Amino acid sequence: MSSDMLNKTPVLNSIYRLQWEPAQQGYVLLYPEGMVQLNGPASEILRRVDGERSVTQIVDDLQLSFPDAEGLIEDVEAFLVEAHEQNWISL
Amino acid sequence: MSKTGSPCNGAPATLNAGSDLKSIGQPLWLLAELTYKCPLQCPYCSNPLDFAAAGAELTTEQWIEVFRQGRELGAVQLGFSGGEPLVRQDLEELIRAARDLGYYTNLITSGVGLSEQKVANFREAGLDHIQVSFQASDDSVNAMVSGSEKAFQQKLKMAREVKAQGYPMVLNFVTHRHNIDQIDRIIELCIELEADFVELATCQYYGWGFENRDWLMPSIEQLTFAEARTNHWREELESRGSKMKLIFVTPDYYEERPKACMNGWGSVFLTVTPDGTALPCHSARMLPIEFAKVTDLGLKEIWYEHPSFNQFRGFDWMQEPCRSCDEKEQDFGGCRCQAYMLTGDAAAADPVCSKSSEHSQIVAARRSDSDRIETESDSFIYRNERNSKVFFRQG
Repeated sequence: MSSDMLNKTPVLNSIYRLQWEPAQQGYVLLYPEGMVQLNGPASEILRRVDGERSVTQIVDDLQLSFPDAEGLIEDVEAFLVEAHEQNWISL
Repeated sequence: MSKTGSPCNGAPATLNAGSDLKSIGQPLWLLAELTYKCPLQCPYCSNPLDFAAAGAELTTEQWIEVFRQGRELGAVQLGFSGGEPLVRQDLEELIRAARDLGYYTNLITSGVGLSEQKVANFREAGLDHIQVSFQASDDSVNAMVSGSEKAFQQKLKMAREVKAQGYPMVLNFVTHRHNIDQIDRIIELCIELEADFVELATCQYYGWGFENRDWLMPSIEQLTFAEARTNHWREELESRGSKMKLIFVTPDYYEERPKACMNGWGSVFLTVTPDGTALPCHSARMLPIEFAKVTDLGLKEIWYEHPSFNQFRGFDWMQEPCRSCDEKEQDFGGCRCQAYMLTGDAAAADPVCSKSSEHSQIVAARRSDSDRIETESDSFIYRNERNSKVFFRQG
């Protein structure tokens, strides 16, 4: 990952709200009249996108929670690029 | 984008329900039609023709109980609709209760009756999103369609206020023969108002829209032009780095296969009418089916067990050509209301489908510029109390 990306601080765009849904046993991203059901990895990353943590800090925090996970940096970058394209987050 | 919903009444235009639902899904979308009262008289309104005959509106407490039960069933999107939901004096209280329950709350409004103070109060109460519907991009057409002279300037003012106070904003333009040629001006107006999403939705022909169908139906040339202009603007927006999304909904009358209406009957969508009738879609009240009221039964019992919600679930209810059709899992035989309106049988194939024996009715309703009818505004049957009472008596 480029150091440029690692230093960025992603923030969820104000249209969206991340929320745990008990009835679905999963996290969803809510927006006007719509919903995205997130898988486990996407949820873990987005939960840490708070407008304060940098990408480096998000990766470090994920590594702490999932010590056996490999290739986290690449996975996080790939997801954040996709999330940015979807306009879920700003970088 | 799916074409599931009505463009006029807050159905899910973009709901991605996922593919892993249980045999009976959860009612992810709860549409609360708080009232049939409305200051406008749009001739394509999806409210029932005989709305004037509906019983007393649910009380504040009854609505909050509906929201609570809906949330327990998994509902996550809540639409406040109508009529005009702003007519309800307890709207702020209902918003607060819904937001506290965890709903993503959507106010679907004409903007008439909205004020700077209300926009702020609703924000404080937790309202997530306001959708403002427009009838046209200028005063005169807007007034002709809505039956109100002042509405357009009020809508513009309120759309600016919604944005200024930090809400995401969806602008909904219901398009038809009399405004669809203004597509460029409509999109330019949306850019100026900084909309996040724009629904350019040709009106659908239910309720009042069906009565006025021949006067609303755009020609194939008009549609082709509007879609091409929309595609042009999508490219233009992208080149400007704009995030505004344009959603173009074509009328199913120009299709050869029906829409997957409501993602299937009793699948993800639950409407509660002003008097507490629970429906699988906001048009279903026209069907010869006995629907339950939330004042008589719990929402859970209605959703999972009541005959009205089970009537068109699955595929066993289908007749030919749907029953043996290899596309039935894509479109569920189309829209039950449209089947009923055009064939008299709610279990028939939606005549939009070219396999339907009644498809000729759809073809006959299409228009081309060469046979366009010129319309004066008094050709419309406006959606108002007086006209509704006429339908009530006929019924």
